[in-house]
Amino acid sequence: MFQTSLSLNDVMFLLQGAGVTLLITFWAMLGGTILGIIFGVFRATTPWWATAPLAFVLDIFRSVPLLIQLVLVNAFQAIAGLNISAFVVSCIVLALYTSAYCSELVRGGIAAVPVTTRRAARSLGMTWWQDMTQIVYPIALRIMLPSWIGLTLGVMKDTALVSWLGIIELLRSSQIIVTRIQEPLFVLTVAGLIYFIISFPISRLGARLERKWREND
Amino acid sequence: MIEIENVHKSFGDLKVLDNVSLTVKKGEVVSIIGGSGSGKSTLLMCINGLEPIQSGSIRVDGIEVHAKGTDINKLRTKIGIVFQQWNAFPHLTVLENVTLAPRKVLKKSKAEADAIGRKQLEHVGLGDKLDVYPSKLSGGQQQRMAIARALAMEPQYMLFDEVTSALDPQLVGEVLDTMRLLAKEGMTMILVTHEMAFAREVSDRVAFFKSGKMHEIGTPEQIFGNPQRPETAQFLASVL
Repeated sequence: MFQTSLSLNDVMFLLQGAGVTLLITFWAMLGGTILGIIFGVFRATTPWWATAPLAFVLDIFRSVPLLIQLVLVNAFQAIAGLNISAFVVSCIVLALYTSAYCSELVRGGIAAVPVTTRRAARSLGMTWWQDMTQIVYPIALRIMLPSWIGLTLGVMKDTALVSWLGIIELLRSSQIIVTRIQEPLFVLTVAGLIYFIISFPISRLGARLERKWREND
Repeated sequence: MIEIENVHKSFGDLKVLDNVSLTVKKGEVVSIIGGSGSGKSTLLMCINGLEPIQSGSIRVDGIEVHAKGTDINKLRTKIGIVFQQWNAFPHLTVLENVTLAPRKVLKKSKAEADAIGRKQLEHVGLGDKLDVYPSKLSGGQQQRMAIARALAMEPQYMLFDEVTSALDPQLVGEVLDTMRLLAKEGMTMILVTHEMAFAREVSDRVAFFKSGKMHEIGTPEQIFGNPQRPETAQFLASVL
């Protein structure tokens, strides 16, 4: 018979961790998406030489491992005496990291709108701005959505790294329980299951929207 | 009236329009024929300012298209253009495709724009497709929708850029029928086309272009029956 020392309290502890994971994911995606849209639109509508410095900075966020970014930013803010909590540092770093990827999605989505479609819009007397808001953004949004869902799921899993700053999110809380009850396989299975339960609705929602929009394309 | 005078345009070293002059009067239907790369489509783009010109002038109802102070968006509402690729807006229904510009550009109310949209879609035979998305339409239907979309701006001029070239052969007829209808109604039209029989039937004048130059212009009878220039005769012999 299967026996476990995992108590209801432990499960609650895991769910609390899951709540932290969700919260950090939410802030990271919110900030990252808003910044990503701003950066992406800027890069898609401005000559490359004007956006080169921004592109370079975003490249750094994309190329340096997230763990190093988290640890360095946290250390520097402590040295500078900014007194920002580890939670806020995590959200900011993850949001910037997300914005770097999101800006690429936005840029790619805008570039994927056919020039001929935009020409047709302009030929009807629409201004550049009307073309962007009425034609380009709605089409780009549909092109981007699947990748954006993928980005959300990726960021959610990346939040596990914030445990290095001492934040007890889902993975860290499962490790704490493993240390105590010594049932790593079972506890990790439960933690994995919780990750899946969080991710599944997001990916289903994405698939549904995608299908609905594809019917129209 | 569309007045094109001594227009030159080149992409780098390539001359796309070489001293082209052409005047199209109200109610006239002018077809432009010629091989690919002869500058025909570029000329249409220049007429509504989608492409710049290097020298010469293009005036529409006396307004200089390429002058600095010209309100090009306002001018474009007078000039409908339909392209080879029908360029449906995929995220909008057929009716929304047609009413978008009347609402946003002409600032018509939704009810007003819908009424115009319905009328124009019925005009082109799509009155039963108002609420479907363009992807559900055939190429010919999408092209007719594009025509209705241009007509919904109630333009004075219609430019057609090889509008049947990308269509399956069995769908060409329905689009030509729509254009025939417009010609009958007295719309001023410039059409770039490879449909020689159609050009001959609907045009008041036919112009032959080759390598950016207008080699000959005349009545359909003259161009197709008795071309004056060897280039025209040669081209017609190769396509007819």
